[in-house]
Amino acid sequence: MNNFSYQRAGSVAEASGVATEGGRIIAGGTNLVDLMKYRVENPEHLIDINRLALGEIEDGPDGGLRLGALVTNAATAYDERVKERYPVLAEAILSGASTQLRNMATNGGNLLQRTRCYYFYDTGSPCNKREPGSGCPAMEGQNRILAILGTSPLCIATHPSDMCVALAALDATVNVTGSGGDRRIPLADFHRLPGAHPERDTNLEAGDVVTSIDLPEAGFAGHSTYLKVRDRESYAFALVSVAACLELDGDTIKEVRVALGGVAAKPWRDPAAESRLVGKPATEESFRTLAEALLSGAQGHGHNDFKIPLAKRAIVRALTTARDNDSK
Amino acid sequence: MSSNTESATENGYPAAPHRNKITLTVNGQKHELSLSPWTTLLDALRQQLHLTGTKKGCDHGQCGACTVLRDGENVNSCLCLAVMQEGSEIVTVEGLAAEDGTLHPVQQAFLENDGYQCGYCTPGQICSTVALLEHDRGNSPAEIRDLMSGNLCRCGAYTNIYNTIAELQGAKQSGSDHE
Repeated sequence: MNNFSYQRAGSVAEASGVATEGGRIIAGGTNLVDLMKYRVENPEHLIDINRLALGEIEDGPDGGLRLGALVTNAATAYDERVKERYPVLAEAILSGASTQLRNMATNGGNLLQRTRCYYFYDTGSPCNKREPGSGCPAMEGQNRILAILGTSPLCIATHPSDMCVALAALDATVNVTGSGGDRRIPLADFHRLPGAHPERDTNLEAGDVVTSIDLPEAGFAGHSTYLKVRDRESYAFALVSVAACLELDGDTIKEVRVALGGVAAKPWRDPAAESRLVGKPATEESFRTLAEALLSGAQGHGHNDFKIPLAKRAIVRALTTARDNDSK
Repeated sequence: MSSNTESATENGYPAAPHRNKITLTVNGQKHELSLSPWTTLLDALRQQLHLTGTKKGCDHGQCGACTVLRDGENVNSCLCLAVMQEGSEIVTVEGLAAEDGTLHPVQQAFLENDGYQCGYCTPGQICSTVALLEHDRGNSPAEIRDLMSGNLCRCGAYTNIYNTIAELQGAKQSGSDHE
């Protein structure tokens, strides 16, 4: 690691101010400290926000639940309210990382974790995300784990989170405090596609501090599932993952939500394609229609071509599981 | 290494010393330490407190050899900055046995089930098992395997490690059934 100075934040405003000046906020540290060891991140100053009062899960607005930014991933997944009302979120979190990492990693940090693209981690390689303008060896290189949707000619990195995929399906909102006050950012607008600026993972501005995540009242506890397809059964990032949520009226679809992980720089959804399924029968045929629509713009880069048929099949399987998985 | 070197701020950040004096609570004992903010908990334990039971494997949070208990939760000490651990109760493998040397039941079970081979991953395996049992998790074979996947064993002693944990978990459950 590089040398840096360290302070503890006494308030969100202080953390925001220091971050505006270029200091880096640290919470769980599981990703940041690792990136510092690889010298991908080289902050001159760290501000530790762990003592701020952002560590509770409490009732949110409109009958939902508010997850404090400093609640650990483990504490969130094992929370009785989350397990009962938002099982897809608990499943997604518990499918990610290891016990130790989930005990350390926070909800705010999970949103802000960076890609696990090999070239991003390898400071000996060019990488447009790490060093804008330097190039992207992944395009012609080892891209088996990388993105098939929403890529740009500059970057095909994926966002590695499982939690965020479930949050996307649940239409969560991220609460942020910045230099200009408080803002609410829908999860769908939180992460960015690479476009011309792959170095920017999110739409946060300098000095923004994530304070909490709001879950709406609808948790789809009756019919939901998180399906994660990976190279080993535990402690591996998703090749493709699916958060599937259904609300049924008998055999008819009242509402359907599908978010994909492991395929893009952000959790991937297609709300227009979802709404076309409303009123249709909850059959494999309907699910296949949605799968085709979600993958309609997909493009492989060689090693990761397999993700396109894999994602389609995973969507159908996840929706079928969610349909048959009547826990209420 | 010179201690107490203070670095002035050049960039507008609040002045912060490049060595920080902290109190670290490890195995019930408070230790006054002076360390650089980039010192990990793992390095502080091993190099400053000479508690070498906790091992350094990958140093990137992937192998679990460095696992310790922080406020009862198993964490990767290699990814914890020591300066951030003030106020937490850290327990390492050295802190599990009773004062008279009687091994912790988890240590005893690893011994009796031959739940190791070279032993390098064992302190981490034991700390993760203590936390798993403490939280009453690992209630199925699949769940035990999943919750222990952050502790790698390069010898491949997984069968006996699994058997050790399953036995402990089973004994705990049958014990609580009789209560």
